[in-house]
Amino acid sequence: MNSGPQSNCNPCGPLLRVSGLGKEYVLRRPFSRKKVAVSAFQDVSLAIFPGKTLAVVGESGAGKSSLARCIALLERPTTGGIELAGQNLLTLSEKELSRARRKVQMIFQDSASALNPRLTANEIIAEPLLIQGEGTKSQRRERALQLMEQVGLNRASERKRPLEFSGGQRQRIAIARALALGPQLLILDEALSNLDAANQELILKLLAELQAAQALSFLHISHDLRAVSEFADEVAVMYQGRIVEWRSARDLFASPEHSYTRELLASARSVDSILLERSA
Amino acid sequence: MRYLTRRLVHSTLLLFAVSIFAFGILQLAPGDFFTPISLNPQISAHTVAALRSQYGLDQSFPIRYEHWLQSVFRGDFGISFAYGTPVAPLLAVRARNTLLLTGTSLLVAWLLAIPFGIWSAAHRGKWADRAGGILTSSLLTVPDLVLFLALLLMAVRTGWFPTGGMTSAGFDDLAIGGKLDDLALHLVLPCLGLVLTTLPPLVRHVRSAMIEVLEAPFVRAARAHGISERRVLLRYALPVAANPLITLFGYSLAAMLSASLLVEMVLSWPGVGPLLVEAILAKDVYVVVGAVMLSSVFLVAGNLVADAVLFATDPRIRMD
Repeated sequence: MNSGPQSNCNPCGPLLRVSGLGKEYVLRRPFSRKKVAVSAFQDVSLAIFPGKTLAVVGESGAGKSSLARCIALLERPTTGGIELAGQNLLTLSEKELSRARRKVQMIFQDSASALNPRLTANEIIAEPLLIQGEGTKSQRRERALQLMEQVGLNRASERKRPLEFSGGQRQRIAIARALALGPQLLILDEALSNLDAANQELILKLLAELQAAQALSFLHISHDLRAVSEFADEVAVMYQGRIVEWRSARDLFASPEHSYTRELLASARSVDSILLERSA
Repeated sequence: MRYLTRRLVHSTLLLFAVSIFAFGILQLAPGDFFTPISLNPQISAHTVAALRSQYGLDQSFPIRYEHWLQSVFRGDFGISFAYGTPVAPLLAVRARNTLLLTGTSLLVAWLLAIPFGIWSAAHRGKWADRAGGILTSSLLTVPDLVLFLALLLMAVRTGWFPTGGMTSAGFDDLAIGGKLDDLALHLVLPCLGLVLTTLPPLVRHVRSAMIEVLEAPFVRAARAHGISERRVLLRYALPVAANPLITLFGYSLAAMLSASLLVEMVLSWPGVGPLLVEAILAKDVYVVVGAVMLSSVFLVAGNLVADAVLFATDPRIRMD
């Protein structure tokens, strides 16, 4: 397997190192006692450096989102290890894990279902602070207001609920919530796919600004190669649960090595040309 | 506020429609309260006709309905042919007994269904959840009548509970505490019957509503923030899962009322059920219509309460 581009391009250690990670789901057949193990992904090794973006691309069902959930420790991987800033996350106690979770936050695809419909924008953004027991109520509210401004939302809309916002605004609320605990790594799980092109552009710009200002690292799960080409420093291509190619974005788009990567790029280009023809 | 007013207007119209429907259905049934009397050769046809005329049975449907509506506004709901008294006080005593039974059973059923459903959802797929599923499915397959008869049999065999009525013979001589004990003891069996019939679907609904919410990304996000599982269940998932459950409350009241008719008959609880069955068999029209209207009022009121609770708890409905 490709050992990735990090070995020769970054002098400091990676923020996140994933080694030999695998996840199996055990399913029970209907009307049977037999259990069947279904592998979502296997033997995945990756690294993300501080202030950098690693994109994981691949078709639906390749195991990208399962990988993202395992890295965010929303699910326990079956094999392998996850190190964050040199700390093995899989050996931590519940208490230590709760503290470590601050460093990794996730932004989901569907912003409508990713936000609690009963809470106001301010409550949603302050929610992680409340969970981690940080600050007083007024301090949390003030921090949430600052975050709203930081992601380009109007302070006056703090009492609105998710359904009163547009899709792009909801994703900004999700970003503000993810930033509340001062994370080092943001996992964007198809976070742009439900947005129109204009909103995708705006959110990408916002994320790039945040990355520059706070040295945030991003793990960008996506099937949109165009967004990836603009945004990612490195790209890992996932196919049938394995990483088949992992290189710098520039190299990968210029000269793909694996046949699946070539197919993926060719199909993206043909879609682009069809869209271009139609618009012409 | 417009939401609640609209619901109130709908409910009133519904009650009107139910009253016309109930009256119409009874009109279609052959014979009336005086038909058995008319078969008695010792009573002349003239006497029977006079009785029919006295109670207004010789008049057309619209006129009888109008008279009944006037009696509703007077507050007596017509006259019972069998008891010779206004229907309202007759129903009031029975309604109080039915409300005591269904209210207690509804409360117990929901107090059990919510924690049991949450617990099942939290342990989804594990052996305890599967055992709970088998238990609720088994209870669902048992016909209500068989269940009530089994409870009756158990009470007769063990002597643990009274097998009928609402109070013991010497009830009036008991002190307040003794009266409450006696009433509670009589309530156990019919209440258990009603809880066992309504609990399984409630548990299943609570479980599936919770599972749906527990899989929502906003719950995953809360987990990624390090939230405790207990807080996820009670503070995050339950309030969002509450909406369909509050709506279900209205339906559970309907299910409880229909089951209570049977349980009251089998376990001799002096509620509206036995009175309604007697009145149907005797064609005591105004008692039947009164009992049907009473059940409808309970049902409509239950749904109105559910709507009001939804309005109070869900900001999205207030936004509409």
